[in-house]
Amino acid sequence: MWQIAIILAIYLPLVILAGHYLFRVTMHQKTFLDPVLDKADRLIYKISGIKQENMTGKQYVLALILSNACMIFVGYVLLRIQSVLFLNPNGIGNMEATLSFNTIISFMTNTNLQHYSGESGLSYLSQMLVITFMMFTSAATGYAACMAFCRRLVAKTDTIGNFFVDFVRVITRVLMPLSVGVALLLVSQGSPQTLSGNQTVETIEGKMQDIALGPVASLESIKHVGTNGGGFNGANSTTPFENPTAISNIIEILSMMLLPGACVVAFSLMAARRKKNTLFGKQGLAIFSAMAALFLIGLTVIYAAEQAGNPIIDSLGINQELGSMEGKEMRFGIPQSVLFTAVTTAFTTGSVNNMHDTLTPVGGLVAMFNMMLNVVFGGKGVGLMNMMMYVLLTIFIACLMIGRTPQFLGKKIEEKEMKLIALCILIHPAIILLFSALAVATAAGSGGITNPGAHGLSQVLYEYASASANNGSGFEGLSDNSYFWNITTGLAMFFGRYLPIIIQLAVASLLAKKMWHSDSTGTLKTDNAMFSFLLAAIVLLIGALTFLPALALGPITEHLQIHR
Amino acid sequence: MMKEWFRNGKQALGVSCIMFVLCGLLYPFAVTGLAQGLFPYKANGSLIKVEEKAVGSEKVGQAFTAPYYFTGRVSAINYNMYTQQDTVADANGEVRYSGVSSGTFNYAPSNPELKKRIEADIEAFLTANPTVKRQDIPADLLTASGSGLDPHISLKAADIQIHRVAKASGLSIEEVNKIVKNNTEPRTLGLFGEDKVNVLKANIDILKKMKEQN
Repeated sequence: MWQIAIILAIYLPLVILAGHYLFRVTMHQKTFLDPVLDKADRLIYKISGIKQENMTGKQYVLALILSNACMIFVGYVLLRIQSVLFLNPNGIGNMEATLSFNTIISFMTNTNLQHYSGESGLSYLSQMLVITFMMFTSAATGYAACMAFCRRLVAKTDTIGNFFVDFVRVITRVLMPLSVGVALLLVSQGSPQTLSGNQTVETIEGKMQDIALGPVASLESIKHVGTNGGGFNGANSTTPFENPTAISNIIEILSMMLLPGACVVAFSLMAARRKKNTLFGKQGLAIFSAMAALFLIGLTVIYAAEQAGNPIIDSLGINQELGSMEGKEMRFGIPQSVLFTAVTTAFTTGSVNNMHDTLTPVGGLVAMFNMMLNVVFGGKGVGLMNMMMYVLLTIFIACLMIGRTPQFLGKKIEEKEMKLIALCILIHPAIILLFSALAVATAAGSGGITNPGAHGLSQVLYEYASASANNGSGFEGLSDNSYFWNITTGLAMFFGRYLPIIIQLAVASLLAKKMWHSDSTGTLKTDNAMFSFLLAAIVLLIGALTFLPALALGPITEHLQIHR
Repeated sequence: MMKEWFRNGKQALGVSCIMFVLCGLLYPFAVTGLAQGLFPYKANGSLIKVEEKAVGSEKVGQAFTAPYYFTGRVSAINYNMYTQQDTVADANGEVRYSGVSSGTFNYAPSNPELKKRIEADIEAFLTANPTVKRQDIPADLLTASGSGLDPHISLKAADIQIHRVAKASGLSIEEVNKIVKNNTEPRTLGLFGEDKVNVLKANIDILKKMKEQN
């Protein structure tokens, strides 16, 4: 318990610091790395022919989609021909077509759902040139979209910022330096970083053991820093080489929490830019508090559930003092495992340090619900944008109740925006529930289910919640490398990523073009504790109304069954 | 409109190519170079050597069968261990070891297979360790780790095996106790993680001690 509190206490100053840095990078203000990186950036702009001109919302989205399309195309080709390329010491074959489709969409959308196993499915070149590369670019894409969104909320014009410039700056100034540092820290804890092939040793009992090596640490760092989550090995951060010690576990937890939180801090500074020397703007703080409250509720529930253990194991008469240890690692124990699970699903990273399929029903429910809400900090950039949809909705509902004109940061919220916001909030549950219904109704879908009873439905729900939220963790028992699962989750990830981004930027563009009104005494205050409470309540209410029936049939039924 | 697509497309392609080189090649190569220079032992997998020959990694667990060795946690993949025989197809055409992997059984708490597996393991453990009482077996020893490669067991899980290990190896209880103590990795700063015993390292010490005494 104490270790969790201490890690969260370390997080607070870090996130504020990172938020200020992110703000300076976004607003093109001076930072300490400028002398070197200005030159590097100029070189990159020159070689790739980037014209640093301001874009409209539409142009920005177009640039975002075109650049993602380029990367998807090249990445797909690389996976299909990896066996004949270099840096393949373990002799891995080419990837099958639907699996390649799934993998490429998965990594480009920052999801990192993996229907392959890294040790046997990818060459070292693919791990670097496709996976590590996309971990950088997908995170940078999400960040760029988010900053374009925030800029438009506080600006008086829709022609502002350039996608390519935002994209390059966040890679060279934020992701790259952080990743190098974190990678070296992880190596110091025992993560391998080598280009030589797997080792086979003879054990002291005369058997052989294969030890999977590779450039693990360099992938591991950006995996968390960019809230990606796709592991080098099949079992992700449970494996000792991806996550060797409690210290590496803490480093990974803090890395994935850092930038999604920092986006909120950066937004708070943008919204409060007229006030000098702000530590944490009030508007952003109100949103951050709502997110933090939702996060802490989930964390508490999952901790209690896992510490209580599995009653069926209790009934066998052995000692379950350590909590539910099936699928967990001894070096982490319950506290480090549940904190990781709560963080990875709330911040939609999707790496796992224990196997979520083996979580107790209530523990699994929390993980699933975090992804269904998709706004408890959320992935890098997009989490804040999703939360903003709820912010605008909350303002609208609250103003309807007290009979005032809904207004946010001086811009009136009107019919056209509200239609788009409602649509945007509906996409995510629609993807999860419709695809889940399809999967359990067809033989091809239900063929993947491996656990009997109510837990089978949980496996399906979790998979689509994870795909649509661009999380990427899984109830890994699901045998999901089939045409059906590769294609449907591929589509879920694709629509779950790009549709909301397009709609959200459209909303921001509409707001940017509006007249600015100064706040009067009649305006609803959106930067106080009352608003945080309202926001969290609306998020929970909509989440519960949408998902409770499905959750009742899955994890809640399973919980009642094992606690008979 | 077409012109705008073309202009954006050209920049998109350009920036993609640069990032391929920067993030996909330069970055991992640079980190590899730094890691190999700063932490050569760890960057190459922390391999433990006995008499100049690598016998495993201190980070990766192993399965042990001899009664004079401590056993680790249950692994769905048998710690990627095999004999020559396991790599060729048997009479039924099944290959028991088909290559390196990681993971767990993924049994839900409600899965009857989980109960069956643990029940069978309890019986087997009690037969091998007749002095141990059922309620003293800590659950970590009979539950599967997430990776299938967990190198550690809890202190309790080591304690209840000391009697068997001492008897089978011919070492005294005190000597085995000392070996467990030497290979105990406490919580970092007394706070983070769990107290645990590294099974492979403890067993290597037992092997060394047994060789000394013969």
